[in-house]
This record gives sequence, C-alpha cells and structure tokens, in this order.
Amino acid sequence: MNTIRYNKYRQAKEFLIRHIMLLLTLVSLTFAILIGISLYYKSVPILDHQSIWGLLSGSSWRPLKGEFGFFPFIMGTLWVTILAVIISLPLCLLAAIYLSEYAHPYIKKIVFPMIDVLAGIPPVVYGVWGILAVVPFISEKLAPHFVEFSTGYSILAGGIVLAIMIIPLMISVFIEIFDALPGGLREASLSLGATNWQTIKKVVLRKSFPGLAAAVVLAISRAFGETIAVLMVCGNVSEVPKSLFDPAYPLPALIANNYGEMMSIPLYDAALMLSALLLFVIILAFNAISRLVLIRIERNFAL
Amino acid sequence: MIQNLLRVEKYFDSPTEKLQVMRETLNQASGDLILKAHKPHISVRNLNVYLAKKHILKNVSLDIPDKAITCIIGPSGCGKTTLLKTFNRLLQNSVDVKIEGDVLVDGENIHGKEVEVESIRKKMGLLSQRPCPLPMSIYDNIAYGPRIHGIRRKKTLNLMVEKYLREAGLWDEVKDRLKSPATSLSIGQQQRLCLARGLAVKPEIILGDEATSALDPISSKKIEELFVKLRDQYSIVLVTHTLRQARRIADYVIFMYLGEVIEAAPASEIFSNPKEKLTKEYLDGYFS
Repeated sequence: MNTIRYNKYRQAKEFLIRHIMLLLTLVSLTFAILIGISLYYKSVPILDHQSIWGLLSGSSWRPLKGEFGFFPFIMGTLWVTILAVIISLPLCLLAAIYLSEYAHPYIKKIVFPMIDVLAGIPPVVYGVWGILAVVPFISEKLAPHFVEFSTGYSILAGGIVLAIMIIPLMISVFIEIFDALPGGLREASLSLGATNWQTIKKVVLRKSFPGLAAAVVLAISRAFGETIAVLMVCGNVSEVPKSLFDPAYPLPALIANNYGEMMSIPLYDAALMLSALLLFVIILAFNAISRLVLIRIERNFAL
Repeated sequence: MIQNLLRVEKYFDSPTEKLQVMRETLNQASGDLILKAHKPHISVRNLNVYLAKKHILKNVSLDIPDKAITCIIGPSGCGKTTLLKTFNRLLQNSVDVKIEGDVLVDGENIHGKEVEVESIRKKMGLLSQRPCPLPMSIYDNIAYGPRIHGIRRKKTLNLMVEKYLREAGLWDEVKDRLKSPATSLSIGQQQRLCLARGLAVKPEIILGDEATSALDPISSKKIEELFVKLRDQYSIVLVTHTLRQARRIADYVIFMYLGEVIEAAPASEIFSNPKEKLTKEYLDGYFS
C-alpha cells in the first residue's frame, strides 16, 4: 500500500531545481545591468569635465583639442538604421505575404533554405560585397544624377547593405507571425467570397499588426548594433550628414575603429566608453518605448 | 403530400410546432418524399478526394435537397468535413490535395474552368466548429461581406447589419455595443454573429461544420432553432456528431463511414427504419 507521507527526497529535489533555475535567470539578467554600470563607471571622467548635453549636441570631434561632440555619430547611426528599415520593410512584408499566403509548397521548399543561407553569411562578407558592388554603383551610376560628387561611401551604401542584412531576419519572423494566425480566420473570410488579397489586407495584416510591429522593432535593434559591414561602406567621416550621399560615422563604427588606439590622448578612452554607453541607452530606450507602444497597439487591436 | 407540407408551412408560426407537425406528416410519407418536394440543390457525382495520397472520400454520390436541413452523420474521420469543404472549394487551399468527380450546384460544376471561386463561396455560408470572428468590431464583422461585394453606402450597410443581426437573434443583445470588438461576445453569441455574417452575403446554402459542438447547451439550442427558422429560405447542410441533434432538426440524413456514403434517406426513414446494418449499429450506439 502506498503511503501519502511526505517524501523528503523528492521535495528537496523539487526545491533545489526550482531555485537553481531562478538563480541562473538572475545571473543572465545581472550581466545586462553589470555592462551598463561598468560603461557608466568608465565614462565618468569625461562626464565630470563636460556637460552631457554639450557632448550630445556638440558636432566637432577633435580628441587632440579635447573636443568630443557626439552629434554626428548619433545622426549617422539614426540615418543608416532608418534608411535600412525603410528599404527592407516593404520588401520583406510583400515577400513574406507571398511566401506564406500564395506560394506553392514547392517554392517554399526552395526559398526557405536560401533565406537561412542569407542569414548565415558573416557581416564582413556583406561589407566586402558592399565595397565591391554597392559603393561603385552609387558613386558612378546613382550619385551623378543627384549630387556633384560622392565617393560612394555613404549613408545610402550603409543603408542598402544593412537592409540586405536584416532582410532574412525580418522575412522569417514575418512568416512565423503569419503562420501563427488561426487558419479558421482565413477560411472565415474566404468563405464569405473574399479574394485572397482582400483577406490578407483586411484580416491577416490587421490581426498580425502587433506582431509585425514587434518584429520591426527587433530588426531595428539588430540594425542599430550592426558594426563591421556598416563601418566598411559608410565612409566614417565625423560630420553631420546632410544628404543620403554624404558619408556618415555610426556609433558602433566609432568604437570599433578607435578603441585600443590613441589611448594616450586624455579622456579619449572615456569618450569611447561614453559612446558605448550611448548605444546601450539608445537601444534600451528604443526597446522600452516600443514595448509601451506595442502594449497600446495590442489594446487597440484586441479584437 | 406536398400540399400537406405547404399547409404546414402556412399555418404554424412557431418553428418547433411546425417541426413537430411536419415530422408527423413526414412519418406517414414514404420514399424520397423530400427529394421530390425539394429538387436537389447540390449534386455530387463519383467524388473522390485524396489528401496527402490518402483516399479520404471514396466514390461519393449524393443529392442535397433544396430548402431543407440535411445532416451528415458518421464517426470521426469518415470524411464529413472534407465533403463539406469540397462544396465551397476551401479544400483546394490544403496542401497536396487531389479531387476527382463532379460537384454540381444548381446544375453547374463548381470545378469547371470558368467558375470563379469567390462566387461559389458567396453562394455558401460556412459556419465552422469554433466561432471565428474577424478581428474587428461587431458591426464591421457583419458589414465585411457586403463591403467586399461592393456595398459602400453607410445607410444600406446599417440596414443590412440590423437585418442580419435580427435574423440571427442577436440584435437585442448587441445593439448598444455594435462598435465593440467581436471577441468581447460570449462564445455562443460569437457563433450567432458568424451565422449573421454568413447570411449578410446572401448565400443560398448554409454549411455547418459541427456548428454547435463547441457551444453550451443553451447556445446550441438557439443555433438549432435558428437553423429550423431559416430552412425555408436556405438549403442547410450540417455535419454533426450529436445524433440527437440530427433527430431533432434533420429533414434528410446522410450516413457516412470511412469515406463512403452508406445510406442517404429522409430523416424519418433513416431513424425509424435504417436499411443498412451499419447504419443501424451506428444509430444504436455500437460505435461512434
């Protein structure tokens, strides 16, 4: 006969497993906080010397004279990222709609692995390809129609390369979102005599809008931090860009290019740390804001 | 006999009362009375359906009478839902499907070359097992169909929404909150909303795929009553698992087993005197 007495061994194991998992979760969270704190700690010297607003809005970057203005870098990051999303979003959305709603299973079988391959190419290869293909194309074919002179190393080149890099991520997340919709929804609309396109426009996109918005946020976060490929094609000139054909100098490129060199210049080290902190804060703030927006969207679309 | 039926329709307003008298009349009737009184609306001839190389429907031939309730009964996995989905060609969206044979609606083959899928589907309202409201307000759910088919005038839409919500017996419950999301309704109300939404595109046929199996008894009773009320205007085809439901509302019953039609006959006949041994065993509950 089985007893219902307290099984000490079993309960102890349960307790242990539960708390070890809690501990590990906390550890992984702590790293994010630790990184933030140490970046702040390292950038304190420069913050003591100059006001944070002066640093953020200053547009001259002359480390030898002690002038550290981050405005060009922030603008460079924003321009490149936004351009990349503007280029890739419509493309990805339409491709994902085609693949999940229209494409024959046979086509899917061919295309999905190709998307995975695209996602697996290392960033530096994208960078080289950008230098060999995108940059000459811009400087020789595209730029002469719009501006007097451009080397091709520009925001546009960075935007295009970055867009191509986030396309696989976006397409596969979009497709996942479309596939997660209940199938009855499409059937309901189709059975009323709606065409496929009407169903997509009025039902599928509407229902999946919060998910799509979240996917775009994810892609933007990726794009913000992308360093090496952008660095290779952006030109890296520390001036506020005025047109798409001007070179730019995004924050990650600044850090990657300069860290470890010229450390004898006073405050240089702290300035780079501050730029890392800025990147950290921008991405954090962006995620927080988009989370709030998403919650609102979800409430409005809770239909 | 047909005159008798017409008389019945004239004199009895309450659907349940009418049903009872009708059934009594039918019980005296014999043979294919319903098929004679109601010409076939959907005719299926030698239909074979293969899903992923599996033979789901085997040489199915049957007639669905016009303006009557036809119940398709049979154990799970016998191809009832597949048959229903062939009618409005939703099946062709599935992966790896092969359809052979003819499905005629009003004498026209729905798999013909010049047939537009959208207009076939417009002819048939589908009521699925779980109510599936579209992600929009109650009003927009009903107006969705008419809008798709080109009705833009606000006034017309308002009238239609009210008319069809009334027809589905939902108007009084939702008239004050037409703008709130359709998912805020209870599940039984959602199903009636889906019915109203289907009616709003003016179909001729209503297909119900176990339309009441996810609902509580009261809601499913309401839906059943609606079907009975609507049977004068629409041909209704119901797939059902509940034999009792079929007994209550069916005019014509089709019994399927493992992808084959075993027996098709008027309800009174099949329930009181099934011809096939298999049908009798199923009705007696030997298997389900």
